[in-house]
Amino acid sequence: MAVNKSEVEKKVIDIVVERMEVSRERVTPSTRLIEDLGADSLDIAELVMEFEEAFDISIPDDEEGVRSVGDAVNFIVSQLEASGD
Amino acid sequence: MDSGRRVVVTGMGAVSPMAPTAPGTWDGMKAGRIAIRKIQSYDSTKHKVHIAAEVDDFGLDKYMSPKDARRLDRYAQFALVSAGEALADAGIEFETDGEKRRVKGLDAERIGVIIGTGVGGMREFEEQTYRLMEKGPGRVSPLLIPKLMPNAAAGNVAIFWGLKGLSYSASTACASGAHSIGLGADAIRSGQANIVLAGGCEAPITRVGVAGFENLGALSSNNDPLRASRPFDKDRDGFVIAEGAAVLVLEEYEHAKARGANIRAEFLGYGFTSDAYHITAPDETGDGPARAIRLSMQAAGVSADEIDYINAHGTSTLYNDKIETLSIKKALGEERAHKVPVSSIKSMIGHSLGAAGAIEAVVCCYALQEGVLPPTMNYVTPDPDCDLDYVPNEAREADVKVVLSTSLGFGGHNACLAFRRI
Repeated sequence: MAVNKSEVEKKVIDIVVERMEVSRERVTPSTRLIEDLGADSLDIAELVMEFEEAFDISIPDDEEGVRSVGDAVNFIVSQLEASGD
Repeated sequence: MDSGRRVVVTGMGAVSPMAPTAPGTWDGMKAGRIAIRKIQSYDSTKHKVHIAAEVDDFGLDKYMSPKDARRLDRYAQFALVSAGEALADAGIEFETDGEKRRVKGLDAERIGVIIGTGVGGMREFEEQTYRLMEKGPGRVSPLLIPKLMPNAAAGNVAIFWGLKGLSYSASTACASGAHSIGLGADAIRSGQANIVLAGGCEAPITRVGVAGFENLGALSSNNDPLRASRPFDKDRDGFVIAEGAAVLVLEEYEHAKARGANIRAEFLGYGFTSDAYHITAPDETGDGPARAIRLSMQAAGVSADEIDYINAHGTSTLYNDKIETLSIKKALGEERAHKVPVSSIKSMIGHSLGAAGAIEAVVCCYALQEGVLPPTMNYVTPDPDCDLDYVPNEAREADVKVVLSTSLGFGGHNACLAFRRI
């Protein structure tokens, strides 16, 4: 099943905008959660859980690669594609 | 200990079912308003009890955005707002350095926070338990632990205002607010701090929490909100559960004078004792509370003749009110006990557990400043076992110089605080 990447990106940005209370213009694929949005460890933990719930996937605890919004989108897309087989 | 350091109250804040401010709470009490209603926090249809004293909007948005507020359980949110009001009342100012607040003109390392609670973040625990049951352990919020822990109120207050002195939570169930204030005063007298934000907070009105209290038999089964809480009255049958918080700014006297603070009252001392009897029932002899009252009088250096008013624990349960009456007689002597007015504000705002002792301390300070005693409302039929002057049904003007406040917690923890007009 083909995963619509731009839909995933929109949803991820929706979640980040709402949770981090920032304006939409500030959030692009290259926005880094910690350095640009000031997310702390609890914010990251909550965001990860929201992504898991919104996309019905599991994100392992030691997933180190997610630093930017774009990283999150790519990761989620690859999880959805893998489970869609 | 006698370090020669005196402790005064320079600021007060409160969030109560009567009003989300200290003056609003006091004004409502002078008017004898009863802030108890049908429960709105959850659907109480299947419960036995349908009434509670609840807090509505309490101005948290003045301090925190929804994102930041989400990190605090309701009980800690009440504490934060109360602390904010108390700090402003004390004239303690802050500057912001980016996201951080820094106290102006005072040493943050000499400002402490002791805010107690009985049940802490029970609401968050309950919600996450439902989540676990519905969606599995993977969906339990990462914020559960920081929200439910009983020290979250004290911790978040220290974090929010950058207060770096001692900080902790004292927990003695329904006496937590009182113990926290006594310990705050000790910290100042011992020289550990110049200022301590001391008080209590509670948000126990949840399905599981109230069911627990119901089945324990502690709550009134009279679902008439305006009549159920009737301390010392013959037809009392249990307490009405409540939520809220209060914080006092306790300060070393010379420190307060030097910065020109408005001093509201002096805290003279306390008596703490244990019943060593039963985990929920009070000891019928009234010995524990009587000793706490006498110890507070000793600490305050006052005799029974100098006590002008006692703010009672007065929960409106059959046993507390009877036994507390007995303990007042034991402590002051039968004759003097009949001359000292005693009242319970739980008749108006219910029993807010860990917050109660702190809200009652705020009320004592107002009583001293204004020379007005809050009433015991719903006092209709005298009970031979409760035969003191309970300031029935109407606030009363009285020239009060020294007042006591008693708080008696599940577990047999008795506290009596002594305040003086200054």
